[in-house]
Amino acid sequence: MSAIPISPVAEPWRLPSRGRVAMLSLITGECAIFTIFVVAYIYYIGKSLTGPTPQQVLDVPILNTICLLSSSVTIWLAERQIERGKMRGFAAWWALTIALGAIFIAGTGMEWHKLIYVDGLTIRTNLFGTTFYSLVGLHATHVVVGLIGLSLILIFTLTGHVREEHSERIQVFALYWHFVDAVWVVVFTVVYIVGR
Amino acid sequence: MADQTLPIAGTLDVTPRRHSRAMVLEWLHGWVVTVDHKRLGILYVVYSIFFLLVAGAEALAIRIQLAWPNNHFLSPELYNEMFTMHGTTMVFLVGMPILFGIGNYLVPLMIGARDMAFPRLNAFSFWMTAFGGLLIYYSFIGGFGLYGMGAAPDVGWWAYAPLTAKAFSPGHATDYWALALIVSGFGTLGAAINIIATTLSMRCRGMSLLRMPLFVWLMLVTSGLTLITITPLTAAQIMLTIDRYLGGHFFDTQAGGSAVVWMHFFWIFGHPEVYVLVLPAFGIASEIIPVFSRKAIFGYPAMVAASVGIAFVSLGVWAHHMFTVGMTSVGNAFFVLSTMLVGIPTGIKIFNWVATLWGGKIRFRVPMLFCIAFIFQFLIAGLTGIMLSVAPWDWQLHNSYFVIAHFHYVLVGAIIFNIFAAIYYWYPKVTGKMLSETLGRWHFWLFFIGFHVTFDTMHFVGFLGMPRSIYTYAPDRGWSHLNLVISIGGMIQGIAVLIFAWNLVRSYLRGKEAGNDPWDAWTLEWAVPSPPPVYNFAADPTVYSRRPLWDLKHPEDPDWKYEG
Repeated sequence: MSAIPISPVAEPWRLPSRGRVAMLSLITGECAIFTIFVVAYIYYIGKSLTGPTPQQVLDVPILNTICLLSSSVTIWLAERQIERGKMRGFAAWWALTIALGAIFIAGTGMEWHKLIYVDGLTIRTNLFGTTFYSLVGLHATHVVVGLIGLSLILIFTLTGHVREEHSERIQVFALYWHFVDAVWVVVFTVVYIVGR
Repeated sequence: MADQTLPIAGTLDVTPRRHSRAMVLEWLHGWVVTVDHKRLGILYVVYSIFFLLVAGAEALAIRIQLAWPNNHFLSPELYNEMFTMHGTTMVFLVGMPILFGIGNYLVPLMIGARDMAFPRLNAFSFWMTAFGGLLIYYSFIGGFGLYGMGAAPDVGWWAYAPLTAKAFSPGHATDYWALALIVSGFGTLGAAINIIATTLSMRCRGMSLLRMPLFVWLMLVTSGLTLITITPLTAAQIMLTIDRYLGGHFFDTQAGGSAVVWMHFFWIFGHPEVYVLVLPAFGIASEIIPVFSRKAIFGYPAMVAASVGIAFVSLGVWAHHMFTVGMTSVGNAFFVLSTMLVGIPTGIKIFNWVATLWGGKIRFRVPMLFCIAFIFQFLIAGLTGIMLSVAPWDWQLHNSYFVIAHFHYVLVGAIIFNIFAAIYYWYPKVTGKMLSETLGRWHFWLFFIGFHVTFDTMHFVGFLGMPRSIYTYAPDRGWSHLNLVISIGGMIQGIAVLIFAWNLVRSYLRGKEAGNDPWDAWTLEWAVPSPPPVYNFAADPTVYSRRPLWDLKHPEDPDWKYEG
């Protein structure tokens, strides 16, 4: 900044979007929460004093994982549709995202039902149960919160309240969904590959 | 300012006269539903000062109990509750809210914005924090459920396992502790997100990152650190709650769990937390010292770099709280060295503050007195910190009063001193009235003397082997006289804080009018009226240097000629 004369028409003044900054900050904080739960899970692998063990009871949820990860693609396609103002396409991709998320959460529900009623594994059975239900449950909680948000946005889209000019906000919300999907990669690796 | 375009406004009051009770309710309602960053900032600070008095009273109860051997002023159970609540209150209900409150008030004003990035999130964050405080204090009545008088948490502010297990801490007191801190933790998280979004996305034209006042920089760094510091505590407390309510085994050693894991999780939060508290205090000093030395801050880019450096290093030092737990020698060496590394960026900061004083025309007003005391006390706190970072030294003095003396030198000698400095410095901006200089000097000198009588002496009882958190001690230990001295110092500090509280009230009612810029300062908040209007700036300001008001006052010699 050498001697530039004082005048209000200086260089263009651009600042990052506050929504994006805030969502990225929230994601940073969430990452720290997940890190602590993941570290606890890894530390307690194989430390349970009684059964059942992960090898005995866990099945790899392949269909669930495919659904959740592909929902990141569908939400990205939805983002592109709303950017171009194609609201019907947006609503369709958005609804598909919700459906994929719902399949995931239903799959988790069925998995837990089997673990609790067939294998007798609850949160108090052993350390595996404690860490498994907390970590997977923490992630599932985030999926549920995401699904609620996604559904509200779908309802508002169908009533015509979400329009092209909201595409930035939609993208900010989509960041959260991408985060939930990315965390699943970590949780999946730790719980179903490393821990099993 | 531009709001004087209609001088006729207000001369004709057309609103019908109302009942005074309705007026009070309306006034109260205005404060409850407010989303104005200035009002929320004031709410944060008032809330924290209230809890400062409460936690101060708890500290005095502890000191009366320890003043002489075999004393029974408090029951052993109540004593445990007192030191737990003193620590928890000071960290979570005083330190963080008051600093975030000051930040809330000042950050938008300093960067030339009209409000925070998310005003409603801001209100939500404050009320979460406030309800967290109420929840934990409710445990005094409700901690045992309906069985008459309850019990507050009594597990220490660090709440080590397995003491927190249901078997050893029955009742609900520990649950109140965990839940209250989860709730207020979400409030803090919201406040941090808001400050980051505000500083990055709401700056006025020309306010580039390297022109932001250092206080704003430090709030930004603190908020970033908060994101990854408070959340591990939230995670650990969710685990503790799962253990206590759902029968989980995270910290249950009998089922293969580990108590040491809690220690790691707690200190992964607990040590950076110290920096969450001290970094805004550094920011306060970096605003006040230049103004009262009549010089620009020395080494601005180095100050920014050192702040970011401290935040990074602070994430890798937590296990120096756990040397006595037993680690491998590699582990010990790593945490010794990483802890010593903190000394470098903090040393840079102390050097820059002293260099700012050097050759300045120093005005010894009350804010400056607190800041000068801060520099030297923080230096001593840093030196005892380096001593404790040496693992063998720590094995000798761990959990002794030496440690208590060290961290109170940081928390009181550095943070509380700078908070007082900030209140003396910005009170005129917030209320439009100057705080009384005479009462301020009484406050400073009494607090300064009381502080040193208490905490200097604590180092020595620590050397003599007095452990922390003990209920009482035998007369033959040689600690009796020193403990009496410590307690007397505590009383002196208590009197000083009461003078301060009186000063706040009295000056509000009959203080001198402050005007826009009583200290002849250089940052944007002094360009607006005191107290600032709701919209802060009538026209969006544009800045060309780090000291926009200097440029305005000295058009013949503006800063932007030299910066860059």
